[in-house]
Amino acid sequence: MAEIEKISFDHTELLRFITAGSVDDGKSTLIGRLLYDSKSIFEDQLSAITRTSHKRGMKNVDLSLLTDGLQAEREQGITIDVAYRYFATPKRKFIIADTPGHEQYTRNMVTGASTANLAIILIDARKGVLTQSRRHAYLASLMGIPHLVVAINKMDLVDYSCEVLERIRQDFASFADKLGMNNIAYIPMSALNGDMVVERGDKLPWYKGVTLMDLLENIPIDHDINLEDFRFPVQLVCRPQTEELHDFRGYMGRIESGYISVGDAITVLPSGLTSRIKEIVTYDGFLSHAVAPQSVTLTIEDHLDISRGDMLAKTGDVPRIVKEFEAMLCWLSEQALDLERKYLIKHSTRIVRTQVRQINYRVDVNTLNHESADTLKMNDIGRVRFNVQQPLMCDDYQRNHATGSFIVIDEASNNTVAAGMICSIND
Amino acid sequence: MDIIMNDMQDFVTPVSGNVMKNEPIVIKRRIAGQLSHLDALESESVHILREVAAECANPALLFSGGKDSIVLLRLAEKAFRPGRFPFPLLHIDTGHNFPEVIEFRDHRAKQLGERLIVRSMEDSIRQGRVVLRSKNQSRNAFQSVTLLDAIAELHFDACIGGARRDEEKARAKERIFSFRDEFGQWDPKNQRPELWDIYNTRVHTGENIRVFPISNWTELDVWEYIAREQLEVPHIYFAHKRDVIRRDNGLLPVSHLVQPKGSEQPENLMVRFRTVGDMSCTCPIESQAVSVEEIIAETAITHITERGATRMDDQTSDASMELRKKEGYF
Repeated sequence: MAEIEKISFDHTELLRFITAGSVDDGKSTLIGRLLYDSKSIFEDQLSAITRTSHKRGMKNVDLSLLTDGLQAEREQGITIDVAYRYFATPKRKFIIADTPGHEQYTRNMVTGASTANLAIILIDARKGVLTQSRRHAYLASLMGIPHLVVAINKMDLVDYSCEVLERIRQDFASFADKLGMNNIAYIPMSALNGDMVVERGDKLPWYKGVTLMDLLENIPIDHDINLEDFRFPVQLVCRPQTEELHDFRGYMGRIESGYISVGDAITVLPSGLTSRIKEIVTYDGFLSHAVAPQSVTLTIEDHLDISRGDMLAKTGDVPRIVKEFEAMLCWLSEQALDLERKYLIKHSTRIVRTQVRQINYRVDVNTLNHESADTLKMNDIGRVRFNVQQPLMCDDYQRNHATGSFIVIDEASNNTVAAGMICSIND
Repeated sequence: MDIIMNDMQDFVTPVSGNVMKNEPIVIKRRIAGQLSHLDALESESVHILREVAAECANPALLFSGGKDSIVLLRLAEKAFRPGRFPFPLLHIDTGHNFPEVIEFRDHRAKQLGERLIVRSMEDSIRQGRVVLRSKNQSRNAFQSVTLLDAIAELHFDACIGGARRDEEKARAKERIFSFRDEFGQWDPKNQRPELWDIYNTRVHTGENIRVFPISNWTELDVWEYIAREQLEVPHIYFAHKRDVIRRDNGLLPVSHLVQPKGSEQPENLMVRFRTVGDMSCTCPIESQAVSVEEIIAETAITHITERGATRMDDQTSDASMELRKKEGYF
């Protein structure tokens, strides 16, 4: 049997982050710089972009070419879709969701943000806080990204001025306060020259804070996931029905939040029946406790009728069971929301039929004003009231992403047309 | 809360009578809050595999005997044991595979006691569905034909593959559940948005989904996992003496498919393969790494991408993979 503990490399954490900003803010250059300075660029990639840079008549290697994607994008010089990039340092493994900054950015940023621990919002030091910076901050707050970094880039073009940073910080903070966002890190940098990205450089002696890489490597992320409320959506029921496992009935799934121990009292939802955890089974043996986001198989003391789509929670701490709820909805499809039509909702392991009862308001993402609306079009965000045919077991998104999020599917095309974040009843 | 979590750090659980293996084992694992990156990746992949099993009517897992699909099989064990896999294994045999890898494929399928289906490109060639320009040319790109035929013949609505996003830039934008139309084609401009880990698995008859549970793994993660799980891999992944020739900045293994041309002289070098694809275009690299640990050490400081080093067909144009994928390549 493998002795799991003896493997020493298996202790680095995983941090997922998103970069928001347009090409002009130097976003691609920043990502290129992170990859290059952390020695994550391979020689063949470097020689390919060196060739291209020279072909385009540039003297230096254009690091932004590293994140160039598909042929169609290169022809048009734009990014079409979310791309995922990977790099690692001895402390952490990183996954970057690289999202484009042009017109479809809401859809793409929301997609990238849905799995992120942290967002980097890029601001061009010459231009200061723009409408789009406010949009990015709003989307980061809507999607509940736990950590926010404002990267004030192109400091080389404002003579590395301390006053410029201070002005941008005050501007941004006054807007972020309105969103209830605090705990924001502000880092001045020049991605082009590499100052304060991985290396400190010598141009910003007045800045005493951390470099971007220091922050990415060290920011605590243990509590980004809800560790209080045990939620276990059942994905599959395992009944091998072999001779030696004749009575084995295991509930397979991933602990979406919280933790569980053998012997804990649980409630099955939506039935409300109760039992106790008998075993926590994994391929590597039994566990006495398990914690989010582990995938495990649970057995319980009693024979209850449990199937995919049901949820286990600890008795005394159960989610809401709703057939009607309100959510912030981001519309992702070119075909606008049709209030006459029925759609499908996929929420954790449940798929239910739904109809939108009303659109409370649409958010103008530039001003944050609420406006009335009779539909939502692609990239629109609005607060919507839903009816569902079968109950959903949910928590408020801001408390629990896993049980507060859902997607909307168009039954005719099978496309994913919207993403929703369930709101608390009171706000 | 803090007290509870501290209490859970580094606990040891002695267990007897393991359901799966009938032997006593001791598990020690740090599970306070954040799991290690390999634990987190593993859990994500297991969740994905279980979603496929629950929502797709007739999935298959593409198993080639290569390292990525070897990792997939272990993840499937983690996802479904003590039950059986809810899908068969499918291999598209190009006829250009390394014999050691085919041997390993059969050995592993048998060891797991799971069903292996093989569909061979030779058949597609015989039926005239694949037309090659020359007998020994690379068959990588033509796998798509045989794969799409197998999908149609066996009515698969989902194929689980071991592709990773770090492999190639066209892969970097691939969804985990990647929708393919009735011609098996991938349209990069028209992909379904994929949020959180809520996967849309719905397709109409004739369409299908490619599922990539290890999308977020890198080459290094794969090797670290192979080490942690003590997984067996075909011997050609380890450094060995082999006759090779130098061609187009790469090494090519001498075989019945690749013979020296003109002034080329075979050399006997210590090499290992980083990928094990079509024998006519899979290049080994010079290496002394004879163990998984040594491969990890080399991979951690390697300077060339996996595909850049080892796949000649990926170097023909900057968009080779993108074009192949649009045509139905997995």
